[in-house]
Amino acid sequence: MSTEIIREAANRHDFALIAKWIQPGSKVLDLGCGNGSLLSFLRDRLDVKGYGVDKDDSNVLACIDHGVNVIQMDLEAGLAGFDSLSFDYVILSQTLQAMVNTEGVLREMLRVGKQGIITFPNFGYWRHRIQLMAGHMPVSDNIPYQWYNTPNLHLCTIDDFEALCGKMNIRITDRIVINEGDTVSFMPNLRGSLAIYRFEQAAWPISY
Amino acid sequence: MQDSSFIGIVAPHTAHFPQALTLKSGEVLPEFDIVYETYGTLNSTKSNAVLICHALSGNHHAAGKHHENDKHPGWWDNLIGPGKPLDTNKFFVIALNNLGGCHGSTGPASINAATGKPWGSKFPMVTVEDWVSSQAMLLDQLGIQQLAAVVGGSLGGMQAMQWTLDYPDRVRHALVIASAPNLTAQNLAFNEVARQAIMTDPEFYNGDYYEYQAIPNRGLRIARMLGHITYLSDDAMGAKFGRKLRDGSLKYNFEVEFEMESYLRYQGDKFATAFDANSYLRMTKALDYFDPAFPHHGDLSLALAKAKADFLVVSFTSDWRFSPARSREIVKALLDNELSVSYAEVTAAHGHDAFLMPDPHYHQILRAYLANIDTGASA
Repeated sequence: MSTEIIREAANRHDFALIAKWIQPGSKVLDLGCGNGSLLSFLRDRLDVKGYGVDKDDSNVLACIDHGVNVIQMDLEAGLAGFDSLSFDYVILSQTLQAMVNTEGVLREMLRVGKQGIITFPNFGYWRHRIQLMAGHMPVSDNIPYQWYNTPNLHLCTIDDFEALCGKMNIRITDRIVINEGDTVSFMPNLRGSLAIYRFEQAAWPISY
Repeated sequence: MQDSSFIGIVAPHTAHFPQALTLKSGEVLPEFDIVYETYGTLNSTKSNAVLICHALSGNHHAAGKHHENDKHPGWWDNLIGPGKPLDTNKFFVIALNNLGGCHGSTGPASINAATGKPWGSKFPMVTVEDWVSSQAMLLDQLGIQQLAAVVGGSLGGMQAMQWTLDYPDRVRHALVIASAPNLTAQNLAFNEVARQAIMTDPEFYNGDYYEYQAIPNRGLRIARMLGHITYLSDDAMGAKFGRKLRDGSLKYNFEVEFEMESYLRYQGDKFATAFDANSYLRMTKALDYFDPAFPHHGDLSLALAKAKADFLVVSFTSDWRFSPARSREIVKALLDNELSVSYAEVTAAHGHDAFLMPDPHYHQILRAYLANIDTGASA
């Protein structure tokens, strides 16, 4: 593992938390995998069979450079190259908020994977709220962009995300909310800066 | 001054195989020669060998020059050499001319010992599978049990794939570039037009033109012109030639008027003097026949179940002859088999020919992948 990846892994508190939910030796798809740091973290610790998906040339090159399997494609176009339930876990780490077709991506995650794991910055974090009240778009460690150069399109709060899951009949099996590496259990939508979920498709009620 | 990444002066070798080779068609080649070149040094554990498989009109001369004053180096010299993406300081690279070719390996122009005459029309059909068998025999003769990698573009990529199916324990990595799991109907059609151009040339003599001191180069020329159109993208042609006129004005006759015509005629003429029509016919047939999924009722995932190698699959956005969608079919089948695979879809304007061009991002991808291949501590 390169020093660059180790450094990033140390900075990404969510990696170790995600790893706790993943069975050793399982098959993992990481959507929007960036330079492959999460997959190389999981491969080294849990011996997973991992594949990343990314559309960006430099990310694809970085993954290949790090010996991480990567498939170059645009997530927005769906996951047509992947069979249903062909992965144990489909991960979307800090990418959901940058997707155009949020619902489509969540649906595809749970078509291809038996379980989904997702992380996103909590827009409802109190520091974000204060910046808004002071009249500015929030900028923080987890949302490190100015309004005019952000790739983020669909920022949401923890409560917003859970409402969408309810609407899409997605069953949340686990949730961890953290702030600066510490788990937040009291008033997470206010005090947590990063949310990590594990979820699966609940059976739709049969209607006549 | 010579570039330090240039491989330098190289010389071809010829391997003779006195044993008969039964081909996929059932026909038998009683004996054969394979001409090949090598670049770099085989390490003590013989774990750093890389096989280059050529495409339709390629040959064994992939890198370096035969003579100091050669105008051009080998056909993939931009990839192969010391410090280049396929680094000859690390790898021992083998490039060969396939059976049925016209650059020294046994082909239609070779003398058939049984008759004392050129094989001509009697030369059997050769397939990708036959090439891979003969390549494995060459490796046996070189004492190489296992390839670190097999690399090929287009028809060469098909051979790389076939290697992983026929000799899954003899290849650790396969680099399948601008290739496809089989030809589309449109591609079959292009090949048929090319063959008809050759076979209807009055100088073809049913394939036995050697005996008549004839060369069907008009047909071969047209076949190559057609091929060239399909290897380039409309955009690349437009950018390079557009509607530019050769002499600045229209002449209202059938001489060369547009630059595009001039280029095609030049490419056709150049090729027709350097390539054998019978070889071209057989190379296009080998392309047509390749279809590993066919015996599995079209199920490519089932066909690739035998493979054990790690794969790098690369396609080019403007390649309409071997389109990215075809490469994604290969990737999907590899994923279904849970093999290690990476797939890069390179944005490039040059169409199918892009796989031979030194596009920086494309070469970085190959460099990064090849650099991670383990050739053992002694490499």
